[in-house]
Amino acid sequence: MELLHVGIAALGAGLAVLGAGIGVGKIGGSAMEAIARQPEASGKIQTAMIIAAALVEGVALFGVVAALLGVLTT
Amino acid sequence: MATHKSSRITVALMLFLFLNSFSSFAQLETDEVVDEEFNPTEMIMHHISDSHGWHFFGEGEDAVTLPLPVILWTDSGIVTFMSSAFHHDTEGEYVVEADGRKFVNYHEKIYMLDEGEEALQFDEASHAALNADRPFDISLTKNVASMLITAILMILLFTSLAKHYKKSKKAPKGFTNILETLVIFVRDEIAKPQIGEKKFMKFMPFLLTVFFFIWISNLMGLLPGAANVTGNISITVALGLFTLALILVNANKDYWQHVFWMPGIPTFVKPILAIVEILGVFIKPIALMIRLFANITAGHIIILSLIGLIFILETAGVAAISVPFALFITVLELLVAFLQAFIFTMLSALFIGMAVQEHEHH
Repeated sequence: MELLHVGIAALGAGLAVLGAGIGVGKIGGSAMEAIARQPEASGKIQTAMIIAAALVEGVALFGVVAALLGVLTT
Repeated sequence: MATHKSSRITVALMLFLFLNSFSSFAQLETDEVVDEEFNPTEMIMHHISDSHGWHFFGEGEDAVTLPLPVILWTDSGIVTFMSSAFHHDTEGEYVVEADGRKFVNYHEKIYMLDEGEEALQFDEASHAALNADRPFDISLTKNVASMLITAILMILLFTSLAKHYKKSKKAPKGFTNILETLVIFVRDEIAKPQIGEKKFMKFMPFLLTVFFFIWISNLMGLLPGAANVTGNISITVALGLFTLALILVNANKDYWQHVFWMPGIPTFVKPILAIVEILGVFIKPIALMIRLFANITAGHIIILSLIGLIFILETAGVAAISVPFALFITVLELLVAFLQAFIFTMLSALFIGMAVQEHEHH
């Protein structure tokens, strides 16, 4: 039972990280392309990139917190 | 000369980071001597949670702890005593008598025993004390003490900066110049673009306070033996509530119209969208608070887990990999400390900007 809880929590954290990895990767990649196309706008692009990345990361951290609760409350 | 100075600073920084890894190392070693079986979850929770005394190192009676005042609001008035009265006990065994009542510290929660009771009886199954109540705890805990240090530091830094501008019109030198750069960064990169030229000055005090409070707290959390202030959900809840209050107080007519009765869409969609928008008003500060809490807590857990690996696997050789890796994560956390302060301030400014901006009517 204990192992099942921990296993599901670990799986949940892993899935959350997977999603966030894809999301942040796409944001970073697009920002890189945009900067390459317009280097003079790099400041603005970076700010927008960080905001978007933080929003994606926030969702991933919800998953991590939920997984942590799953482990710690058993 | 300049390169000389910077290389000296770099060496000092490296030394500090190494010391940081070793101090967590030392804490763990003593942990293990007492508990025969090493429990990583317990060790990590002990390091990231709040406590009534400021524990530095050592275990049991040898522990080096800074005692902090315990302030309790009971039915018979306020009771105060120092946390050292518990003699480092968090298992509810050591009974402290104050103002004729008996108190125990059980897992950093203070219980007041019922009249005539001598020891705490705790029911593990229902997580409730059988013969004791929890008085309203307004103690000066480790996190509160750390926040007070941050506040004093901020008052000292920024009054010195303000004094400089009273004396002269020239650009400040040395450390105050760094502060000026950061204040201008918050003004020009965060407040002005998000809130707008006309109204941003009104929100600058809040944004600057939040930015520097979070940043300094994050950095202090990385010091060896320091409190985990921004990784405590209660503190981030309070910070999120400040942003929510500012949005609710300052929001203009346009904002409320967009929340309750969105213009420019078919009427039958309007009530559905209103529900989503009302939820959105509250989800914004909740997301802010969870982002900060989870980021900082996750960072601390990763560093502690890496060091904990040595004791889980019980081989000293693992240290060769896990200590440098923990060092790397610590350096990364220095960046995260700034980034999270920036993100919190930036999103607060963005949400406030959404609430106060004037819409062009067509």
